[in-house]
Amino acid sequence: MSNMSEEQITRTQEETKENVNDQNPQEPAKTKTDLENDEEAKLRAKYPGLKGPGSNAFLQKRLSRGQKYFDSGDYNMAKAKMGGGAASKPVVPTQKLILQTSTGEAIPTPEAIPHKKTHLTKSKLLSPSNLS
Amino acid sequence: MSSPPKPIHGKWSIFQKKANSHGNKPISNQVKNGNGGDLQWCFSQVKGVIEEDVTEADIISCVEYNDDGELLATGDKGGRVVIFQRDQEGRQEGVTGRGEYNVYSTFQSHEPEFDYLKSLEVEEKINKIRWLKRANPAHFLLSTNDKTIKLWKVSERNKRPEGYNLKDDAGILRDPSSITSLRVPTFKPMELMVEASPRRVFANAHTYHINSISVNSDQETYLSADDLRINLWHVEITDQSFTVLDQCLDIVDIKPANMEELTEVITAAEFHPTECNVFVYSSSKGSIRLCDMRSQALCDQHAKLFEEPEDPTNKSFFSEIISSISDVKFSHNGRYLITRDYLSVKVWDLHMDSKPIETYQVHEYLRSKLCSLYENDCIFDKFECAWSGNDRNIMTGSYNNFFRMFDRESKRDVTLEACRDNMKPKQVLKPRKVCSGGKRKKDEISVDCLDFNKKILHTAWHPSENIIAVAATNNLYIYQSKD
Repeated sequence: MSNMSEEQITRTQEETKENVNDQNPQEPAKTKTDLENDEEAKLRAKYPGLKGPGSNAFLQKRLSRGQKYFDSGDYNMAKAKMGGGAASKPVVPTQKLILQTSTGEAIPTPEAIPHKKTHLTKSKLLSPSNLS
Repeated sequence: MSSPPKPIHGKWSIFQKKANSHGNKPISNQVKNGNGGDLQWCFSQVKGVIEEDVTEADIISCVEYNDDGELLATGDKGGRVVIFQRDQEGRQEGVTGRGEYNVYSTFQSHEPEFDYLKSLEVEEKINKIRWLKRANPAHFLLSTNDKTIKLWKVSERNKRPEGYNLKDDAGILRDPSSITSLRVPTFKPMELMVEASPRRVFANAHTYHINSISVNSDQETYLSADDLRINLWHVEITDQSFTVLDQCLDIVDIKPANMEELTEVITAAEFHPTECNVFVYSSSKGSIRLCDMRSQALCDQHAKLFEEPEDPTNKSFFSEIISSISDVKFSHNGRYLITRDYLSVKVWDLHMDSKPIETYQVHEYLRSKLCSLYENDCIFDKFECAWSGNDRNIMTGSYNNFFRMFDRESKRDVTLEACRDNMKPKQVLKPRKVCSGGKRKKDEISVDCLDFNKKILHTAWHPSENIIAVAATNNLYIYQSKD
């Protein structure tokens, strides 16, 4: 592995040439920028409305993390639609899942909002290892 | 001999041991691949369970050794802190003779909150833990989530008084008439009890999410940094903090319309290990600013700006995102800095701000996958980096539970995998290789087969010995170097 005999070196050099030829002898090595531009082209092809550069969206996302949105008007309308007031039937599991996972995007209901954890579990790092 | 090494396009050296299979472009200071230099790693321990569906709360969010390496703290998404202590007695009996880490203490550091005024959900996830140097028998650490920093005291109780005159050892009162002699109560050993209590809560000083905390070498003050502000605190004082840095922006509130004007945020900050007036902070644009608190109270004017010059015509949609620095760490000797951006780790000399002195490619093969990595948000992953105690080696994580080690002197690097496959004692971890194209050799893994959900974001290196802790999602791996 560390020291190769001359014979081995020659052999590998020849194979090297073969490998290079396999790829494309005419095309020069792609620079970092080329690779990035290729990827950008792919992205823009998928999302034609994409505004660049990507850092703006990144910063916006970063600063607004954790923000939840709520509209009481929408909330009451949604509650009314769901079958009427406090006596409404429990939310269908799929609906509940959608509400729970997308608070801030869908109208929340009291049943769907996760409550503060009342009993806190122990970390699993405390579990005895089953090996030494 | 194994199959012939894959050549680096355009470069071939007969001294090359194993070809670098990632990155076709010759890069300055490119590290030759090899067997990782002088260090070889052996599995020591793994903490945590194997679960089909990982419980989100169990995801480890930070790992930190204390000042002498005897304690190892982890924080998780569920707001819990677990502290492991190096086995005191069985040092020689440990698998590699260096002692194992076992649970010392655990506590719930932070809980989820909802800021009703701002309609903001505050996660309990522990972003950072930093230890204070030990000044008395108790241990102190700072832990922080997005908004609140807490100072925790971890103390031991291993003695209790026994031999009272008026009551027996069970606490029951003795009949006074049966007492014929006096005795002096003494402390007798008891089973060790480790207690953690919150001593200070530092809240309401950050509008945005705290990304770093760093204890000053004076051990009395520390800084906390969010996206737009750095605050200086005194450990004793909770109702006052001094803002040492406030990014001046056109934006005052967080209305989405104005957010487009935001161009740069603070991503990490750290105090110099010995100069108590100096700190650095990194930005989302890839620059590092060094500030001296002696020059002015509000350090808006940096003392030094470390930035690698970039050709503006070479910018792509991804350029700025991948240049965003996710972690910055001073070397132990205080003369260098390492910064981690998406694809590389750079070493900077504090005396030279024009460019890094060394650049190490972590996973260059991902450059041709940026489109997918942007779509699945992986491009925003924040990897940490770490120095070895002697500042000779650098470690950082990657995907597929791989982590990378760079030897600055020999210029060799290695890719290792944190997994339960190699757990035999004294067995050296086998180097891993990623194949980016062309023929895939046996034992190599193709870029397209990498598991991007298995990210190693958090790693820590023991302050003086070659023991490393690697957090792989919900498991903590500890490796020791083979002697």
